[in-house]
Amino acid sequence: MSSAIDQLVSREYQYGFSTDIETDTIAPGLSEDVVRIISAKKNEPPFMLEWRLKAFRRWQQMTEPHWPNVKYPPIDYQGTSYYSAPKSAKPLASLDDLDPKIRETYDKLGIPLREQKLLAGVAVDAVFDSVSVGTTYKEELKKHGIIFGSFGEAVRDHPDLIEKYLGSVVPYSDNFFAALNSAVFSDGSFVYIPKGVRCPMELSTYFRINAADTGQFERTLIIADEGSYVSYLEGCTAPKRSTNQLHAAVVEIIALDNATVKYSTVQNWYAGDEHGVGGIYNFVTKRGKAMTNAKISWTQVETGSAITWKYPSVILQGDNSTGEFYSVAVVNNMQQADTGTKMIHIGRNTKSNIVSKGISAGRGQNSYRGQVKVMPRAENARNYTQCDSMLIGNACGAHTFPYIEAQNNTATIEHEASTSKIGEDQIFYLKQRGMSAEQAVSMIVSGFCREVFKELPMEFALEAQQLLGITLEGSVG
Amino acid sequence: MMLSIQDLHATVADKEILRGISLTVSAGEVHAIMGPNGSGKSTLAQVLAGHPGYVVTGGSVTYMGQDLLEMQPEARAHAGVFLAFQYPIEIPGVSNAYFLRTAYNEVRKANGQEEVDPMDFLDIMTEKLQLVEMDEAMLQRSVNMGFSGGEKKRNEILQMAVLEPRLAILDETDSGLDIDALRIVAHGVNSLRRPDKATIVVTHYQRLLNYIVPDFVHVLVNGRIVKSGGKELALELEAKGYDWLIEEPAAVGA
Repeated sequence: MSSAIDQLVSREYQYGFSTDIETDTIAPGLSEDVVRIISAKKNEPPFMLEWRLKAFRRWQQMTEPHWPNVKYPPIDYQGTSYYSAPKSAKPLASLDDLDPKIRETYDKLGIPLREQKLLAGVAVDAVFDSVSVGTTYKEELKKHGIIFGSFGEAVRDHPDLIEKYLGSVVPYSDNFFAALNSAVFSDGSFVYIPKGVRCPMELSTYFRINAADTGQFERTLIIADEGSYVSYLEGCTAPKRSTNQLHAAVVEIIALDNATVKYSTVQNWYAGDEHGVGGIYNFVTKRGKAMTNAKISWTQVETGSAITWKYPSVILQGDNSTGEFYSVAVVNNMQQADTGTKMIHIGRNTKSNIVSKGISAGRGQNSYRGQVKVMPRAENARNYTQCDSMLIGNACGAHTFPYIEAQNNTATIEHEASTSKIGEDQIFYLKQRGMSAEQAVSMIVSGFCREVFKELPMEFALEAQQLLGITLEGSVG
Repeated sequence: MMLSIQDLHATVADKEILRGISLTVSAGEVHAIMGPNGSGKSTLAQVLAGHPGYVVTGGSVTYMGQDLLEMQPEARAHAGVFLAFQYPIEIPGVSNAYFLRTAYNEVRKANGQEEVDPMDFLDIMTEKLQLVEMDEAMLQRSVNMGFSGGEKKRNEILQMAVLEPRLAILDETDSGLDIDALRIVAHGVNSLRRPDKATIVVTHYQRLLNYIVPDFVHVLVNGRIVKSGGKELALELEAKGYDWLIEEPAAVGA
């Protein structure tokens, strides 16, 4: 049994290479001037600079939160550079003009930035060191009135939408890392789906951190207008480096009346080595607001990062709105994760569903933290939470912190939790049927995660299973 | 000769359970291992399958000319050794169909045969399900999750029917079964009897042996085989119990 676990734990990180490329990087340090430089470099309209400065001033008054169940040395916010972009990353007339080195990087990651049959059905926005370097299928999407591309472009081309919705779900004052992001974010993805349009393909952003000693701050804004539908995927990798890097992103989703947004993440930032040296600090704020009859569904597979701190949440603002959260979080070696969700029931007949699967191996520490809040007006709110932990080996930990607050006595709230350990008997049973120990562990873990994996789009489900060292179950039939 | 066990000793948690077992099984034979609780019957079954919780401290086991004790549990499975578990294990979220197909294909791969795709496998399953009178819906349920005791045992026999082992070891497959389930399980086992295959039936009660008629019966007491005979020995045990066999070695010791 231990050999199977060792194998699973010691798999090489495949995406640890770095690309040698000329960058435009500003000196380390953070001040109002730095915020102004970033805004100027991006040719932003005055309202953006004002917003950034308000965020920065607010951030200076805030203190870093230490309530998560994670430990790390103090972060030197003045020792980090807040802007780094490939020199060649100017708006491209066509994807053919993309810097070959960047193209090669994405090829190596298995994300070809060509509009070819291989990736038909998925439009990709590639973000390299927080700057969008290319978006595929833009023209095709335009025919449907869909806007998909870099945040910077959207600020330039659709300032009205940005001004209206930026910060409407995650205000700049929301929390320490969101405030920092609001002040210095460099780029990210923007999506707008017009009224009644069902987005004909999966939209996907692939985040790649390359530069060393820089903070990474992207911002994603998704607006699904009334009666529209979109499925959005996010993937992330980073080179192996011996220093820790801060990644503080913000994702905001607005689902207007009768709209549905499905947001899936496979997070595979570099996790550090087996001694806990290096790796990404993934401190991310993700939140959606669902209006009447709208639905927002978060699915995440968190396998990377030295530390993960994120709670993709849904504000159930409109009557009959639905929020879902499906999560697999894996910690290995010295990784730490404090992740979960918040479901805030404001409208009547609102529903939320939470399925969290935590897997802890090595000396990893995994915490589920979830809040279910039913406001006074939320008649007949319903929540179901299922929170399962699996332990592999004897040196890891699993923790659960549920917060339930009901201010309306018609609410129905259910919480189920379980903790299990992969047992010698389970592995022996599968070995007796001819499977290797590694296959046995994979099968058991795969079964444990099934409810979450089945929520992922097929392309991602495959990647997620591979990430966990798992052979795909039930891919046919 | 398919299986030759010579003077086998084994411990669990430093306690000696098997204290010198010798047994020979040839193709086409059915052997019943009987004995009182705690005599080492299940330990023998687990040791033959290679459970890591048991330590072999002496003796040898030769299976098809190979040193069985040197083989990993999965290699034993590939070579045709099958254990029907006394307490089948639950695997949440893994469908019975996927589990069975994976097991089937692993054994095939190890024997240089091509893997079978899900559609062809379904055809194989349809036939095997009838053998143990199981519904197709069982295939979509998680392995042994929420199965009744009888369903779990039938599921073991279903796996055996699918894998078609050369040497099947049934560990107390009859325990907890009502008469109908017992009949179904026995029918499943009997229809898998072949001249080139052998079965070891571990049981506490004679009841099962009315349905699966053994060629040889061995009585295990305190980790040793104290008596061997034909099928009539099982009837004698039914009538007289085990006490007359237990007192014998005690008298020698005193």
